Amino acid sequence: MSHATQVLQPSLPATGGFKLKFWLGGGAILAAIVALVVVSMQSTQQYFYSVNEVTDPATGAAGKILRVTGAVLGDTIQVNPETLEISFAIANVPTDDAEVQAAGGLAAVLHAAAIDPTAARMRVVYVGPKPDLLKNEAQAIVVGKLGADGVFYADELLLKCPTRYEQAPGGAATPVAP
Amino acid sequence: MIAFLGYGSLLLTLALAIAAIALGLLSGPRRRPAWLALAHQAALATWPTLTLAAVCLVSLLVTDHYEIGYVANVTSRAMPLYLKITAWWGGQAGSLLFWSWLMATFAAAALLRKWDQDRDLMPYVIAVMMVTLGFFVALIVLFENPFAPIWITSTGETVEAMLQPAGTFAFTAIDGRGLNPLLRHPGMIIHPPMLYTGFVSFVVPFAFAVAALIARRADDAWIRTTRRWTLVGWLFLSLGLILGGRWAYDVLGWGGYWGWDPVENAAFLPWLTGTAFLHSVMIQEKRGMLKKWNMILIILTYALVIFGTFLTRSGVLSSVHAFAQSAIGPAFFGFIAFTFVVSLALLFREWDHLSADNQLTHMLSREAAFLLNNVLFLGIAATVFWGTVFPMISELATGQKISVGPPYYNQVTGPQFLALVILMGIGPLLSWRTMSPQRLGRMLRVPAAVAVVVVIALVLAGITNPIALVAFASAALSTATTLTEFVKGTRARARANAEPVWTAFLGLAARNRRRYGGYIIHLGVLVMTAGIIASNVFQEETQGQLLPGEQLTVGNYVMVYDDLQQFTTDDDREVTRATVSVFRDGRLLEALHPRSDFFLSSEQSMTIPGVRSAIEDDFYVLLTTWDGSGSGAATFKVYVNPLVNWVWAGGLIFILGTLVAAWPDAREPRKVVLAQRAAPATGD
Repeated sequence: MSHATQVLQPSLPATGGFKLKFWLGGGAILAAIVALVVVSMQSTQQYFYSVNEVTDPATGAAGKILRVTGAVLGDTIQVNPETLEISFAIANVPTDDAEVQAAGGLAAVLHAAAIDPTAARMRVVYVGPKPDLLKNEAQAIVVGKLGADGVFYADELLLKCPTRYEQAPGGAATPVAP
Repeated sequence: MIAFLGYGSLLLTLALAIAAIALGLLSGPRRRPAWLALAHQAALATWPTLTLAAVCLVSLLVTDHYEIGYVANVTSRAMPLYLKITAWWGGQAGSLLFWSWLMATFAAAALLRKWDQDRDLMPYVIAVMMVTLGFFVALIVLFENPFAPIWITSTGETVEAMLQPAGTFAFTAIDGRGLNPLLRHPGMIIHPPMLYTGFVSFVVPFAFAVAALIARRADDAWIRTTRRWTLVGWLFLSLGLILGGRWAYDVLGWGGYWGWDPVENAAFLPWLTGTAFLHSVMIQEKRGMLKKWNMILIILTYALVIFGTFLTRSGVLSSVHAFAQSAIGPAFFGFIAFTFVVSLALLFREWDHLSADNQLTHMLSREAAFLLNNVLFLGIAATVFWGTVFPMISELATGQKISVGPPYYNQVTGPQFLALVILMGIGPLLSWRTMSPQRLGRMLRVPAAVAVVVVIALVLAGITNPIALVAFASAALSTATTLTEFVKGTRARARANAEPVWTAFLGLAARNRRRYGGYIIHLGVLVMTAGIIASNVFQEETQGQLLPGEQLTVGNYVMVYDDLQQFTTDDDREVTRATVSVFRDGRLLEALHPRSDFFLSSEQSMTIPGVRSAIEDDFYVLLTTWDGSGSGAATFKVYVNPLVNWVWAGGLIFILGTLVAAWPDAREPRKVVLAQRAAPATGD
């Protein structure tokens, strides 16, 4: 018995039959865990896409669970108080952090996206109470699927408003909870 | 002036740590007691110097020194004194100092203990602890200095630096930004210290383990010496996790307490490997097995402790690009890689000397149960780790960022946790070495009957969800086994000592703290399991827009919306507060006040739920939006969380059990101990 095999099997099994059972048992557990991971990954993966990528049919966004970030266009917000259905459009913003910083920070990027008529846009439908932060030039993060009608049906809606709080001089801006 | 004193004492700490490492490493092989004494002194001296640095930072924080960048970022004039003090760990730079100070405290405590038996480990224990401390202090000194003043250039840009950069002027902010409102909660104030204490105390067993490897000592002295340190670390980590959950439930306003957030996972990972370690060291102590495995577990736990601090501190979570931008990201990564590789190299050097004294010969034995426990804990840790780092891996590998959400974690860890719950009901019954299936079957008869009765009762009560039934049955089985262990032990003791039952019961736990403390922990976990399953599977929720006087029904509760008030408070908040009345079976239970606080200076809002908490369930209501124009219309989100209080109650039992297990064993005549062991260990 080489030492290398002792890592997961720290003691030497007495008989060949036992050894076989031991490794079969361990292998079965490992296989079950790997299978669980693979199956769960397939059903829960969220792809981070920009609005540009979602609206481009070549990307192959259909059918996947997507996580899309965009700038909210204030005059497109419609709320149905009876059904709690909210509908609004978001415009494409760069997803790369360095690009956002180069363009003058998140607030500037969101503003530029909202007033740029050529930016790719996507209609979002979400059912739930209207968040306070859903307003013009807010950053919306939506998780859901793209419908065949080109409308994005969101199961999750997160909103962020860039405030001076997030743009401190010299970094270390937003205190992070450990 | 104070800032320079603080920064100076940080530099001094770094110098002391480096001196202690060098003297410690040199004194070991050359056997120079004088050098070792110096190393000891230098390592001890890091505590007063870091304490001085901490005192400097806190005094700057409480006296509104807004010319210092850190102070201006995390405090404001309106904040009460206690929040200004806790702002010490409210931001990145300060929390790294806090981490270092705790590390120095633990290092000093470990160095001041009696060193009679394991004096040859001391040089290396000093070196390992000081390498860890030195790394953190170097990070503060080089990249994240909380003492740096703000300077402003002629173009109006601000920089933070210890020394005035050319062409800049000193700058003092009129007021600070203030601590993030989300962090202004009692739970959040004690949560980071708990977590960090848990993190740093795992450094002690790691230091002893690596010291044993360097000193080429293959015995388990390092485990016996550090057992209590490990338990204390584990206790604080558990407390930190439970308090974090409570904070999320009270403050974050989404009706839950655990969201598989990367930051939560970062604290959970070392807890998982630490728990595996606590279990498997018992086999090494009793049977001389799993020696290499235990080394691997403590090395992993240490790496995950540093990784956890890294995850929450480097900005790598938001994006891998942030990782490249922040200087501390690569530094952390390099340090983890360095310590991991060196520890493993030392382990492989000692590989042949760490062979097992005994062998695992039967699947039906306590050793095998412990091994399975380890495999499951590591399986959970590996799958949680994979989910946490997957967005980074996918972004680096394919440029496409892909994340997995809570459903992934629930699906993947659920079955593994279930297996652990069942194992908790079988493991304690197994004897060492081997046991016949017939005997185990006989011992499982009563617990299995209890499980069947519980399932029948639940089905009769109308519960048909298969996941819930399986989970509750498993928890019932394990609870019955654990309680049976108490009964058996009490009986044996009452007979052996001719004591009354109650005295025997207390004596049992008092004289064999580790074992019965462990069982109390198991009971706590089982109570938590019931709470977690019920509050996840049977949670009911609804939402709706109401006018005053209108009502909403969820489960067997009816909520009537009474009115809405808006007012501004002295401490800079604009509060919108609703009053709702909660009824059940036509009877008024309580009036609740869900509210939303808007912090004017930081432009952040915070949703505080109204909660009616009872043993059977929590009624949890959030005020999500309202009509400001005067109609009084407001939207509410309502949850009914069954048995959620069991999670907190189980947590308390868990903590109690850990305290029992960590308390020093009282000495007592050997024969009694033997009498207690006789019952479960007949296979010996």
